[in-house]
Amino acid sequence: MPEPTPGQTVGPFFHDALPVEGGDRLVPGGSPGAVRLHGRVLDGRGDPVPDALLEIWQADPAGRVAQEHGSLRRDRVDAGVFTGFGRAATDADGAYVFTTLEPGATAPGAAPFVAMTVFARGLLDRLFTRVYLPDDVALAADPFLGMLSPEERSTLVARREHDGSLRFDVRLQGDGETVFLRFPRGSR
Amino acid sequence: MTDSHESEPDDQETISREIAAAQQEDAPHGRRTATRLDFPAYRSSALRHPTKELRHVDPEGVELLAPVFGERDVDPSEADLTAQRGGEPIGERIRVAGRVLDGDGRPVRRQLVEVWQANAAGRYVHRRDQHPAPVDPHFTGVGRALTADDGSYSFVTIKPGPYPWRNHRNAWRPAHVHFSLFGTEFTQRLVTQMYFPGDPLLALDPIHQAVLDPAARERLVATYDHDLSEPEWLLGYRWDIVLTGPHATPLEEQDHA
Repeated sequence: MPEPTPGQTVGPFFHDALPVEGGDRLVPGGSPGAVRLHGRVLDGRGDPVPDALLEIWQADPAGRVAQEHGSLRRDRVDAGVFTGFGRAATDADGAYVFTTLEPGATAPGAAPFVAMTVFARGLLDRLFTRVYLPDDVALAADPFLGMLSPEERSTLVARREHDGSLRFDVRLQGDGETVFLRFPRGSR
Repeated sequence: MTDSHESEPDDQETISREIAAAQQEDAPHGRRTATRLDFPAYRSSALRHPTKELRHVDPEGVELLAPVFGERDVDPSEADLTAQRGGEPIGERIRVAGRVLDGDGRPVRRQLVEVWQANAAGRYVHRRDQHPAPVDPHFTGVGRALTADDGSYSFVTIKPGPYPWRNHRNAWRPAHVHFSLFGTEFTQRLVTQMYFPGDPLLALDPIHQAVLDPAARERLVATYDHDLSEPEWLLGYRWDIVLTGPHATPLEEQDHA
């Protein structure tokens, strides 16, 4: 059985390689149901992390997980195909923004979420987390969320802003540290 | 702030001592193949590593699948980093090739491999790289490829140079190529770095050494492969990558008797 290859930091110089034009746009702006998912990536002192990269991967509003090519070049996205994948780097304020649709449940009664991966200089291996939707009726019954303290749970649920956008900050360390995930049988 | 030592940057001796201490401390726990996130010798990790245990969760919904990339995402020419800017880049031309496999040894097919690296002088094409080494006008240092049906990938590029960074006084990164990989599940996502065999900087580097298990650390180092070399043209390095995921089904012990 082959042994896993360990992860390493994305480093400070990924910007010309990984972010792609329109990578933060899962749907064209102004599409029906389009929502901004945005926030900041912060370090243990609460300072912005300006060299982080976030990826999201999600179902469409009907809970369907697309398996469409074209997640990188975005031509399919601009043609109205929902591929469910997005990639965005943080700016000088540690801020990111995705334009997307709110995901639906992938199974009856499941709480819908956007899966997120976090990369950054200074972060030696990538981190996984989930962005749950606020005011979702399924949140209360979700078995995973039920295992978390209210404080921990609050780090995984986006906040609805006045403009209807979803606010989700990633705190790598310290007060309100985001809950990061480990999957069973994985190496890390 | 009156402590005069505060203004003195750490030296390699200090960093090497911290690396040794971490590896000593980890040894009693047996093999630990994961990269340690809290690795003080990598100074930038101090405020950027989670302090709480990662929470164990069963993957569900989207996490059991991965985004797919296809021919429309990647042009085959993107796998040749020496032919992107209308001229020959300076440096030692190399091929880096290998296979992407899952934890059961199955090929990861038709998936995206992205690479980025410094040029032969150790300089990135990046506005924040201020290392006073030449930028090569014929080298972007960025490439993409899709794995073939047998999980294989291949890039033609220039061997990157080591470069200084500011982790401590006289800190130098070993030559490396950054790799970004997707598997067939979201949980297999991997960003890592490929190093070159025999590099004396590897033992000094807190990023490479944050993989505490020596065997796991060795898996980040490519092998020189003369079969990949081409006469009058380039030298070849082989590097296989193994992605793991929660649903890599263990092979049953087969009784062939």
